[in-house]
Amino acid sequence: MKRFAELLELLALTPSRNRKIEALKTYFAETPDPDRGFALAILTGALSFKNVKPAVLREVVTREVDPHLFALSYDYVGDLGETIALIWPHHGAQEDLPRLGDLVELLETTSKSRLPDLIASLLTRAAINERWALVKLATGALRIGLSARLAKTALAEMSGRPVQEIEEIWHGLKIPYTELFDWLEGRGERPDIAHEVRFHPLMLSNPIDETVDLDKLDPKDFSAEWKWDGIRVQLVLGNGPASLFSRTGDDIAAAFPDLVDNVFGQAVLDGELLVGENFEPASFNDLQQRLNRKVASARHLADYPAFIRVYDMLFDGLEDVRRLRWTERRQRLEAWLEKNPQTRLDLSEVLSFANWEELAELRRRGAAEHGHEGVMLKLKTSPYVPGRPKGLWFKWKRDPNVVDAVLMYAQRGHGKRSSFYSDYTFGVWKGNELVPIGKAYFGFTDAELRELDKWVRNHTVASFGPVREVAKELVFEVAFDSAQLSGRHKSGVALRFPRISRIRWDKPAQEAGTLEEMQVFLGAT
Amino acid sequence: MVDDVEVTLFPAGHILGSAQVRLRYRGETIVDTGDYKRLADPTAQAFELVPCDILVTEATFGLPVFQHPRPMDEIRRLLKSVADNPERAHLIGAYALGKAQRVMSLLRQAGYDRPIFLHGAMVELTSLYEERGISLGPTKLAIEASKAELAGAIVIAPPGAMKDRWSRRLPDPVLAMASGWMSVKQRARQSGVELPLVISDHADWNELRETISETGSSQVLVTHGREDALVYWCRQQGLAATPLNIVGYDELGEGGE
Repeated sequence: MKRFAELLELLALTPSRNRKIEALKTYFAETPDPDRGFALAILTGALSFKNVKPAVLREVVTREVDPHLFALSYDYVGDLGETIALIWPHHGAQEDLPRLGDLVELLETTSKSRLPDLIASLLTRAAINERWALVKLATGALRIGLSARLAKTALAEMSGRPVQEIEEIWHGLKIPYTELFDWLEGRGERPDIAHEVRFHPLMLSNPIDETVDLDKLDPKDFSAEWKWDGIRVQLVLGNGPASLFSRTGDDIAAAFPDLVDNVFGQAVLDGELLVGENFEPASFNDLQQRLNRKVASARHLADYPAFIRVYDMLFDGLEDVRRLRWTERRQRLEAWLEKNPQTRLDLSEVLSFANWEELAELRRRGAAEHGHEGVMLKLKTSPYVPGRPKGLWFKWKRDPNVVDAVLMYAQRGHGKRSSFYSDYTFGVWKGNELVPIGKAYFGFTDAELRELDKWVRNHTVASFGPVREVAKELVFEVAFDSAQLSGRHKSGVALRFPRISRIRWDKPAQEAGTLEEMQVFLGAT
Repeated sequence: MVDDVEVTLFPAGHILGSAQVRLRYRGETIVDTGDYKRLADPTAQAFELVPCDILVTEATFGLPVFQHPRPMDEIRRLLKSVADNPERAHLIGAYALGKAQRVMSLLRQAGYDRPIFLHGAMVELTSLYEERGISLGPTKLAIEASKAELAGAIVIAPPGAMKDRWSRRLPDPVLAMASGWMSVKQRARQSGVELPLVISDHADWNELRETISETGSSQVLVTHGREDALVYWCRQQGLAATPLNIVGYDELGEGGE
């Protein structure tokens, strides 16, 4: 437990991704089974103790500490778990805590009525730093900014296996992952898991460089589709409940019951998850209402029904069709949908075009009239190749929208950038007043960042904690994918994916954009 | 004697020269602790317990979540991190008066004998401590050191300089911060501190309560910090207690450490 507590603290406090990975690798390499497997489950959110509820913890702590003093403390600290860890009277850690594996077993098997006593005795035995880890793992609310993907990446680096191979079988594995570690350390075969829970790494596209690539490519060799503004998913259909995987192999089915409970047949499909009535995609903002939620509320299910716009097929029934060319897979997909008509799946339309000019025109109109993100190009002879193979799939994004905006506030960055003012809030004119429309922290080179940092320091007019307000003199050309109405900003406008495309050292602030000019971007989303 | 009031100063153990004030008038005694701590600290005169009728106590860490760990345990964590990261500098944020010298002294007690690199703002006060006979071992100015020299070194700077341009000279620094506030990890994380060192020059919750009991005072005025919890606790013990709000000393966030 001591080791795990140290690991958790390091993961919570080090800002560097590489250092987190190093720490995870060392931990997994040096910790025996089954402790490391339980650690992996805790870190990836795969393990929770159904009887350890916040109410139980409150009960435990208020038996030991005056409830009013606890309330005042909770109010100050703001996090239940951390308050309990800090407030628990310190008795000097006389005895080591059980090993992680034993601890997990204790928390899982102790009856509800005896759980408060168990937790109290563990807290009393723990050293100060261990108490924090103990409460975190018991409640399952780590909140240390670690993604499951990072833990898998560490396993991949530790073993030299590609992370995709781990993702593929992840959801079929059983805690404490002994089989997984056996395989990763060369003592066993790759665990064999049921088809229905197997994730198949996705085929990804490369951005097209219009000035170079198009001349070399023959339009007749390619098929084109709209680039949909949702999230990429893989749907695995078969016996038992459907699995819905995100592009990194996280199973997100629980958040989309309206979708997974209403699809049938046997296949593995690749497509875009969208929300909207009658296959009419709503904005990404609407989709976002349903993402990052563990379960969907009734209101969200009604307001934002989910569907998948399917564009590829990996398995037809139980047959692996990934080696077939795109044209054959497409035929299979169309036939399959005809045989299995669905209310939550529809087909991504294939665009017809004779040459690149025609497609360019389509792409422009699609962006302006329907807010499409661009077009996808797929080589008709291409098999389904996991990863990001060169020359097979291309994304041809719409031209970004740009606006000239004035720098208003700057804030220091994180990690390597913590001594630089690298986060910029910018605004446009509303009459004689500037109103903020967004924030960006990339799009410039390191050399430009040094210049900007110096500029901010020399033009500060006021400081509010970590934020500096600057003289309204510097203009940024800001590129963004789309603009949406927003109640959160004073300007009423929010930008999607804003980045600094140029620093206009030359341009007077008075000539920057206005809020009226922003209105045209609101139409096309 | 000031207008028949007998005024006496007693050491408070907070930093070098810090004092409590005892006022005596017609047989009644009031003690104001000022900022204090009771842990042994060679950089400050040891706290003396002064019995009184009315106690004015500080309450910087007046919540039961503040139970300071042993400072030597914190220093060992620091030294372990230094040993584990020989290519990085360790930058410790510490106030120039008191905390910086305390950290240096603790490092020396732990047997660390390499030069400690200082931010310019630390130098004068550190010399003052040395003049008063508190030996803090070899120091160097960080600004005069090369990047190679600073790899694996310990550097002390005021908290304000940690994220400022000054710190760019350091090789990939581990940001550490020596303060009683660092016990709250979520706070440390938000302020970008990678290695929080819970080293405080103030009494923690347990010391505050012990001191109140041991002075034998029957009336307690609580000031400088989180008064509510300590006032509540005093009343539970049957002591008359009130928060003492000093005009112009409104809570300015988390200062005073």
